[in-house]
Amino acid sequence: MLHYFLKRLGGAIPTLFIIITGSFFMIRLAPGGPFDRERVVPPDIMKNLLKAYHLDEPLWQQFVRYLEGLAHGDLGPSFKYKDFTVAQLIAQGFPTSLTLGTIAMIAALSIGLTLGVWAALRQNSAVDYTAMGTSMLGIAIPNFVIAPMLTLVFGLILGWLPVGGWGHPTNYVLPVVALCLPQIAAISRLTRASMIEVLGSNFVRTARAKGMPERITITRHAIRAALLPVVSYLGPAIAQIITGSVVVEQIFGIPGIGRYFVQSSLNRDYTMVMGVTIFYGALVIFCNLIADLLYGVLDPKVRYD
Amino acid sequence: MKEAIRKLLLPAVAAAGLIAGAFTAQAETVLHRGNGAEPETLDPQKSTGVPEANIQYELFEGLTTYSPDGKVVPGVAEKWEVSDDGLTYTFHLRDSKWSNGDPVTAGDFVYTLRRLVDPATASDYAYIIDDIAGAYDIRNGTQKDLTKLGAEAVDDHTLKITLAHPTPYFLGLLRHASVLPVNEKSIKAHPDDWTKPGNLVSNGAYTLTEWTPQASLTMAKNPNYYGADKVKIDKLIYYPTEDLSEEFKRFRAGELDVTYDTPSDQMKYVEANLKDQFQNSPYLGTYYYVINLTKEPLGKQRDLREALALAIDRETLVDKITQAGELPAYSWVPPGLHGYDQQFVDFKSLDKKARLAKAAALLLKNGYTPLNPLKVDILYNTSENHKKIAVAIQSMWKAIGVQATITNQEWKVYLGTRHDKQYQVARAAWIGDYEDPTTFLTMFLSDAGDQNDAGYNNPDYDKLVKDSAKETDPAKRMKMLEQAEDIFLKDLPIIPIYHYTTKHMISPKLVGWEPNVLDYHLARDMSFKE
Repeated sequence: MLHYFLKRLGGAIPTLFIIITGSFFMIRLAPGGPFDRERVVPPDIMKNLLKAYHLDEPLWQQFVRYLEGLAHGDLGPSFKYKDFTVAQLIAQGFPTSLTLGTIAMIAALSIGLTLGVWAALRQNSAVDYTAMGTSMLGIAIPNFVIAPMLTLVFGLILGWLPVGGWGHPTNYVLPVVALCLPQIAAISRLTRASMIEVLGSNFVRTARAKGMPERITITRHAIRAALLPVVSYLGPAIAQIITGSVVVEQIFGIPGIGRYFVQSSLNRDYTMVMGVTIFYGALVIFCNLIADLLYGVLDPKVRYD
Repeated sequence: MKEAIRKLLLPAVAAAGLIAGAFTAQAETVLHRGNGAEPETLDPQKSTGVPEANIQYELFEGLTTYSPDGKVVPGVAEKWEVSDDGLTYTFHLRDSKWSNGDPVTAGDFVYTLRRLVDPATASDYAYIIDDIAGAYDIRNGTQKDLTKLGAEAVDDHTLKITLAHPTPYFLGLLRHASVLPVNEKSIKAHPDDWTKPGNLVSNGAYTLTEWTPQASLTMAKNPNYYGADKVKIDKLIYYPTEDLSEEFKRFRAGELDVTYDTPSDQMKYVEANLKDQFQNSPYLGTYYYVINLTKEPLGKQRDLREALALAIDRETLVDKITQAGELPAYSWVPPGLHGYDQQFVDFKSLDKKARLAKAAALLLKNGYTPLNPLKVDILYNTSENHKKIAVAIQSMWKAIGVQATITNQEWKVYLGTRHDKQYQVARAAWIGDYEDPTTFLTMFLSDAGDQNDAGYNNPDYDKLVKDSAKETDPAKRMKMLEQAEDIFLKDLPIIPIYHYTTKHMISPKLVGWEPNVLDYHLARDMSFKE
């Protein structure tokens, strides 16, 4: 197991290097630069700016400089938010996104799994149709519709919760709901499908045939096997949800890192683009690894020797 | 995970703190203000935008500053003398302190001005003080000696500034955010982190206490400010509010006292329900379409540009599309500048029917018929509002037989296309930096570089604008600038569409927020009704 873990970790290094190289050169292909504004900067001032950020050097030299910094854990300064380094911005925003994402994921998992299993056990009943119909809505209605509706209803009309802002426990409620609704939908549908498949499989039939109580058959055998597709879905999904959502953060005014993913590339904030790409890449690799290890725990057929 | 648990507990602890603090906090007055976007930096010499300036004006105070209605009033400089040739300004500084208790001296201003033009600072706005002797040569690197800048501390309380040429708007220019004074000692002590809470030393009415990027920025009353006894609001919390409709909801829910903007799709609701809380006043900015004069046929044929300008129904655009009380624009320089008579395009006096008839006639005269229509492409940066306007103008031009296509590009791509002059007609906007027509007129000088992306080149215009800089009689100078704009509007390198207005929602409890064309409002002049 440990051997497998270390092997996978070693394999991640070339993957990350490809991500770094690819994104470094790709962002430079985009037209425009970080200091282009409608109020044009005079050429001599542009020269000063490029020099201050080493953007006047040949590209390969900048790449080497970047790699050197990276080796020391330095992601460079942000070109847009000049008072902060990329590492500072990520370090300040990530705990918020992580907390919010974790709560949303726990909520989504508990509700999604329950709904999915329930629907599978009562397949084609009213319960099934209601649960799946509702979850279809969760998939179909995007965040940028749900979130403003939540603030309108609960913030403005009912006045139960704050519309926006950060720092108070009540500030968590609406963003968590907005974040977990689509996840509940995805998880419950996935669970239902795989549960139905598992319920029809040989080992469940055997368990039932030998007279095992239905409750034990479901909880000990069926659910465990039915979880496998959900686990492989969770790897990337967790990486995505804990790095925040640009829509949810902007609407509720949450200081996470989600918005940096979109805005840094629009701003041509090269170092920030690199920082969040590397960070996200590393997280996805890590979460996938964890998901694979969980496979070994859940599925008796999988062993990492 | 430990971190996650800690973060989970934090809100609970904070809540307990809030309950405990509720009793002591009652007397404290707090202004909650929507501020548009997250500030890019709090460093006055490095910032460029309005959200940054709004915060910087609370923190720092320049030689001159703003009265609530926007007039130039004494700031750190109590009084000043100007030499007869208009070239030397002598400022007498009042006794005032930095937030760390050190006195504010003339030397601090010399340091700040030198820092602004020093190429090592890499300030976007270094050119704003090109009027000061030596500034231009230092910022473009030909003069390496910073002491050659025309700013000198005669003693701690006396500052002498020497200009390269008379600059009638110089006192107003000294209020620009990029010349706000900074504290050398704190910058030397924390070169990379001097703008962070705890490190930032300021001389204005407020000091920085907390800053959570993308969430909020908190400032508290500065006890060392010379006018501290007149400052009524204890605490300011500025929020980045990029989503306008959410900002509006937060205002309605009472979470904000002032908004940065008001969504145009809510105007009907505001008119009907919140009219007394909506402030709509002229702003020093113009929304316009710039025409690439280096491209045939529009660039070479003034008649065609006039036809296009004639066909745009500005009143309809403003009433039906932008909907927020913007002013239809028939001039380049916006209204509201003291001493300057607004100039207008010739066709302003014609009614709609006559304009359309004239436009059609101009097209016909130049050989454009329904079978051989004039083809125009409109470039705009991706945005719902710009798109709506472009589509409307497209159909207005269709009415006179012009076939217009519309092209949208992502912001940075669009900027590149404009500055490389690879467009025909492009959406553009300009907001003045200071209260003088030159903040609009100098950008179209033939040697203004990339900023003149129309490629406008008229020697008469250049001469008037440049000669006006040497004119010491303010009235004569304004006359020259008026003539220059008149020439400009006759040449029509741009089509003015509307002048901006400010659109703030303001809590009825807030007192002291007065409209002004630069739209800067300092909390030190505000208070709350009991």
